[in-house]
Amino acid sequence: MAKITLDNLAHSYLANPKSEDDYALKELNHDWVDGEAYALLGSSGCGKSTLLNIISGLLHPSQGRILFDGKDVTHAPTAERNIAQVFQFPVVYDTMTVRDNLAFPLRNRGRDEAYIAERVQEIARMIGMEDMLNRKARGLTADVKQKISLGRGMVRKDVNALLFDEPLTVIDPHMKWELRTQLKQLHHDFGHTMIYVTHDQTEALTFADKVVVMYDGRVVQIGTPQELFERPAHTFVGYFIGSPGMNLLPADVAGNRAQVAGHSVDLGAHYTASGKVELGVRPEFVRLSTTGGIPARIRRVEDVGRHKIVRLEVEGREISAILGESAPIPADVNAVHFAPEGINIYANDWRVAPNGKDAA
Amino acid sequence: MNKTVNQKAWFLVLPVLILVAFSAVIPLMTVVNYSVQDTFGNNQFFWAGLEWFDEMLHSERMWDALGRQLLFSGIILAIEVPLGIFIALNMPKRGFWASFCLVLMSLPLLIPWNVVGTIWQIFGRVDIGLLGYTLDKIGISYNYTQDIFAAWVTVIVMDVWHWTSLVALLAYAGLQSIPDAYYQAAKIDQASRWAVFRYIELPKMAGVLMIAILLRFMDSFMIYTEPFVVTGGGPGNATTFLSIDLVKMAIGQFDLGPAAAFSLMYFLVIMLISWVFYTVMTTMDKRDGV
Repeated sequence: MAKITLDNLAHSYLANPKSEDDYALKELNHDWVDGEAYALLGSSGCGKSTLLNIISGLLHPSQGRILFDGKDVTHAPTAERNIAQVFQFPVVYDTMTVRDNLAFPLRNRGRDEAYIAERVQEIARMIGMEDMLNRKARGLTADVKQKISLGRGMVRKDVNALLFDEPLTVIDPHMKWELRTQLKQLHHDFGHTMIYVTHDQTEALTFADKVVVMYDGRVVQIGTPQELFERPAHTFVGYFIGSPGMNLLPADVAGNRAQVAGHSVDLGAHYTASGKVELGVRPEFVRLSTTGGIPARIRRVEDVGRHKIVRLEVEGREISAILGESAPIPADVNAVHFAPEGINIYANDWRVAPNGKDAA
Repeated sequence: MNKTVNQKAWFLVLPVLILVAFSAVIPLMTVVNYSVQDTFGNNQFFWAGLEWFDEMLHSERMWDALGRQLLFSGIILAIEVPLGIFIALNMPKRGFWASFCLVLMSLPLLIPWNVVGTIWQIFGRVDIGLLGYTLDKIGISYNYTQDIFAAWVTVIVMDVWHWTSLVALLAYAGLQSIPDAYYQAAKIDQASRWAVFRYIELPKMAGVLMIAILLRFMDSFMIYTEPFVVTGGGPGNATTFLSIDLVKMAIGQFDLGPAAAFSLMYFLVIMLISWVFYTVMTTMDKRDGV
């Protein structure tokens, strides 16, 4: 296990990148703390897998360094880094038995057979495949194969880090929960550094201690699930996390008040913002009103079982509000209020910290 | 429910029956017909029973040809299959050079058999051929018209030159179907180059390799044109393979009866060996699946 440091790291798939747009992964400095579980969250093509492959050594970065516990491994081959990685699509060695598949990484490192047998048994129990050990891997279903890949990733105890590249994409939803829980349990028991790439926010938020949100080749925020929810550092984080995502409205900010759709809104704190200024508020903090506020009109109500999502129109823009399942929706709603504690101010898509406070 | 019985429906399969009869059954039955009769021309036939088969089974000449044939097929398979795999493994995976290699590899496959024979016949000649002349001048005794070993080497090298591409192209197609993730996973698992070949590449190539082996076996077992053009079966009978012997017998000596019996047995041997190949390889495949 090791602390992984990314130092000025960037990668481009082009031989001679000219502008910043040519980089699939923009310059990045970050420490992956030893023993933490991270989720790397972002939409497809934002550079998540690129970053993962650089850490595992399958890809060499165009610039910058990677350090494991302070030792430079930027140009070290994958084998030297002692990393385990599980891929999006199951990789099993078809002609081997399940047992040999699980033992393969250990055999390649020349561990003795007694240790291998014990480890394989342990892992088989963990992934629930003890009774299938002597079967050939060929002809198994995709989710069983993926369980074998996961098992192969976990069979080595001494790995520096465990990397997962959207490993549960091919797994049935009910199995997803089970495997994710097992992974979390495993992290809890053995304390490996884990990096889990996904584009599914639920998966990221339930798996990780820290979520790293990437957007367009850049890390836009690293934080706990709570921080991402309450204080999204970038409008993308607000939009991407939450269901539905954060509402954004253009605003003129002056001191502790903002002008939104011709109405003055209390921000609860003083801000200084310039450029393209927007007010972000999560649907959970939007309150319906019949007695004035920001003028709004209900377009439709979606009842999703646990709560209701109200879609409203404010100055031609759609915003959402979340109401309790049993909360009444009066027929004469004509405005909305925003709860001040749920308001964030963005300038040019980045969050502006209130004056006199650090960015939370 | 009562099924409608209409025997007239049989007429619908008549066209295909006629087609198959004229294209396969009747020509084959002509051979069968010759194989059980004797003729001295003028369309006069005498019943001979299984006499020709008996004669052929006790003919040293046929057993010798069969032995040479098996040796030839065995040698070219033993060279072409590993060599083809080796070439496929070392071909570029993508880009300009991949296309370039593919075109280059296909060239020998596009050359007609007798042209290949002629190329090597001239190439190997000691008086005017580049290969033969060079070997002779650097002091290596090489003369495929007189030396048995030289004749075999020439015929085998020619076949390897002509057909290794086929094995390589099929193996290459098999390799191209392996997703990158397999190689990446193997790196993570610290698999050796040999393990990557043994557990990833070979299993993925197994299907196409089976086709390659079957095709190369059947083709080489029936080889006629190239050795006929280069050596004419000689020196002596050293490169007289089954087809060459058969043609000598049927057309050279006009022994139609024995030749017909010979071809039927020839046909059965090819079927039998192909069947054995196929069965062995598919059972190997199945055993893996359980």
